Amino acid sequence: MPQVSVTVNGKPQTVQVEGRTLLVELLREKLGLTGTHVGCDTSQCGACVVHVDGRAVKSCTMLALQADGAKVTTIEGLAAADGTLHPMQEMFREHHALQCGFCTPGMVMAAIDLVNTHPEGLTEEQIRHGLEGNLCRCTGYHNIVKAIAAAWPLMHGKSLPAAAE
Amino acid sequence: MYDFAYQKPASVADAVKLLADPEAKPLAGGMTLIPVLKQRLNKPNSVVDLAKLGLTGITVSGGTVTIGAMTTHAAVAASAEVKRAIPALAALAGVIGDPAVRYRGTIGGSLANNDPTADYPAAALALGATIKTNKRSIDADSYFQGMFATALEPGEIITAVEFPIPQKAGYEKFRNPASRYAMVGVFVANGPKGVRVTVTGAGQNGVFRHAGFEQALAKSWSAASLDGVKTPADGMNSDIHGSAEYRAHLVGVIARRALAAAG
Repeated sequence: MPQVSVTVNGKPQTVQVEGRTLLVELLREKLGLTGTHVGCDTSQCGACVVHVDGRAVKSCTMLALQADGAKVTTIEGLAAADGTLHPMQEMFREHHALQCGFCTPGMVMAAIDLVNTHPEGLTEEQIRHGLEGNLCRCTGYHNIVKAIAAAWPLMHGKSLPAAAE
Repeated sequence: MYDFAYQKPASVADAVKLLADPEAKPLAGGMTLIPVLKQRLNKPNSVVDLAKLGLTGITVSGGTVTIGAMTTHAAVAASAEVKRAIPALAALAGVIGDPAVRYRGTIGGSLANNDPTADYPAAALALGATIKTNKRSIDADSYFQGMFATALEPGEIITAVEFPIPQKAGYEKFRNPASRYAMVGVFVANGPKGVRVTVTGAGQNGVFRHAGFEQALAKSWSAASLDGVKTPADGMNSDIHGSAEYRAHLVGVIARRALAAAG
């Protein structure tokens, strides 16, 4: 059986997998990291979004072996060792950006990538387009959008440019 | 998913050898192949990952933009060089799928698959691109051969795509509100291959050129010159999302928006 070596949330892991093992199966079933969810299993809902080498990808649409040698960050890897939440997690809590919470891990991971890749600022429209690959069936997205806008200044260490509001 | 042997060759030559097995499937970004495998619609003995063949990168020189086959949509969308040379192409790459899909999906994978609702085929045909493979160069005019059909032979691998830089180009699409795939996408270009208008998403045989619009725009590059030019409903898709007549009408609407985008 082939082996895959990945660094997950900072910890090197070498695991035996099948050719067909998906990255999300490696995370959930082999490593016990069940914070990453499987919603639709058809690449549409985004509940399974994790970061692979810093980029938000759908772990249900990537083979575990494709991630060989990569650094993977899951929702479990965001908070500090002392339990201090990542600013995006904190803003999701602050703005009540969740109801049932099923989509939340993928939303948070996608949102962090969105903020990271827009250092120049982020408009509400850009946030909404940026969430195109993440479905929430409870909130109507409004509070998620607010939480992401609120996280931007915390993550970039400055206030969101007025023109981008 | 049925199990398979996963292979990640380090050279195009090795990949070609592995793909000589008719039961082997090439894997680019996997944004179509992996969902297909999950649904057990395909059962390859081996999957050959093309990620380590050195086929990524973008170069602009001598009036041509060359994009490596394994370059992701996100990389094309973010490329300052592509934005400068063919802004419509960067814009098109930026509206494929969703952000997570754009980090994995590749231009070579999109063109090899030739999904009838894919975006890149419209750009390749309108701009008169050349599809480079491990064996030869294929003109876009002879490359697209109908729904999911291309001139690629079994085991042939796309290595790069060359786009001649046009004077003007624009792309616009109307998404299916549920699937988000293009119901109609129109690419307009005025470049080295002349004035071309291509339509994706609408036709039963995949991407096609719109001769009526091309003739009208060749006379005068303006939305007004499209007035009165008919788009036949024959050959258009017809389903629960829209009739052939609806799509034919939409082609005219979206072509005008693409023209506006082209400026």
